[in-house]
Amino acid sequence: MSIFHFINAFFSDGSHWHGYDGIPTRIMEHLQYSFMALGIAAGIALPVGLITGHTGRGGNALALIATAARALPSFGLLVLMFFWLGIGLTPVMIPLVALAVPPILVTTYEAVRTVDPSPVDAARGMGMGPAAVLFQVELPVALPLILSGLRSAAIQVVSTAAIAAYVSLGGLGRYVIDGLYQRNYEIVVGGATLIAGLALAMIALFWLVERLVVSPGVRRGR
Amino acid sequence: MSGGAGFFDIPSDLQHTYLGLIGEHLKEALIPVAGGLALSLPIAQLCVRFRWLYPPVLWVTTVLYAIPSIAFFVFLIDYTGATETTVMIPLTVYSLVVLVPAIVDGVRSVPQETLAAAEAMGFTSMQRYLRVELPIAVPAIFAGLRVATVSSISLVSVGSLIGNEGALGNLLSDAHVFHRSNLAVTSVVTTAVLAIVIDALLIGIRMLLTPWLPRGSRSARRASVDAVTGPAPEEARPLEEAAR
Repeated sequence: MSIFHFINAFFSDGSHWHGYDGIPTRIMEHLQYSFMALGIAAGIALPVGLITGHTGRGGNALALIATAARALPSFGLLVLMFFWLGIGLTPVMIPLVALAVPPILVTTYEAVRTVDPSPVDAARGMGMGPAAVLFQVELPVALPLILSGLRSAAIQVVSTAAIAAYVSLGGLGRYVIDGLYQRNYEIVVGGATLIAGLALAMIALFWLVERLVVSPGVRRGR
Repeated sequence: MSGGAGFFDIPSDLQHTYLGLIGEHLKEALIPVAGGLALSLPIAQLCVRFRWLYPPVLWVTTVLYAIPSIAFFVFLIDYTGATETTVMIPLTVYSLVVLVPAIVDGVRSVPQETLAAAEAMGFTSMQRYLRVELPIAVPAIFAGLRVATVSSISLVSVGSLIGNEGALGNLLSDAHVFHRSNLAVTSVVTTAVLAIVIDALLIGIRMLLTPWLPRGSRSARRASVDAVTGPAPEEARPLEEAAR
């Protein structure tokens, strides 16, 4: 009850809708951090996952790296990087990328490795080279699972990007952190609701992307 | 080390020694995982028994998983105050979200012949569950447990944002307030080491529980993907079937 009261009060207050501390600005900042981190993480994890999955080697090393990266506490890493690197985007990107790499890496590796071997054999038999096999056969079939890894990374990054506000950056976490300091729960709850909403929007976005990029044949087969 | 600048000189406002903080951290991280496991076993069993229940349950868990920890803590402050409970409830929910799909997939992966054999031997459904289905699902359950535990250990630290409820994470806010980066190093390294040690312990327990499995078995790795991708509806399974 009181939570809904706070949420309602937050969103109906016109002053929350513009200016540098307005909701649109904060959402854009939040999305900027999130997609940047996700982009960097995908840039690292996708190629590594695809290649190791294609060759089927290095699975144990990957599992080890993923476990180690997952063990790093994001919030702690952020504070530490803030001490070492000062104010800026880099100290925020490091924990977010470390958070996003393991799910993308592990699912991509496993998705490519577990592709049905018979079409892969057929493709080789037709004279396709390793790159053609990877990109024209294995990747399309593995795509749904790869996307689910990316989605899980995206949800976690969007949720966690809120902590950027703790080290003086923007984003929706600003509302939560400032509200906590000011003991203004209306702002805190409003910000928290926005973050949760954005995370849910990520699920919707990935559902759409999957509709668009996954081949109908692969979808029907499932 | 004068001036209290050491790695292990814990500021007195935390009212804990270093070891005390570790104990507190483990308590706040592991009780939710245990609670999540206790809750997810019956929920998963219901999902296995009534197949139509599973998709809606997956949707609910996916949505719950999307609620950021910081937001979840804040929502709860109104009801449970700035206490340990406020930190442990969300962590229980996250554990639940990871564990339910892991257990359902694990139990569902038990071959029909095995179930039929158990039935032919006169097992009641309870015996069959406890002595056949659950043991065979152990690798999948443990893959889920590992992910839940490691993320739980990492997330406890965020509790320091809602007032000193983050155990080792409280060192981070103190590092910030007192400008002692050493404390942040202590917090991060200790938390990471705790996560790795507990993870290794879980692997060890899993091996003891499943002596019939070769080490690093395929199904275990497969299950670990399901656990990483979280409550991912339908994607993984048919792919797996296609691979056979």
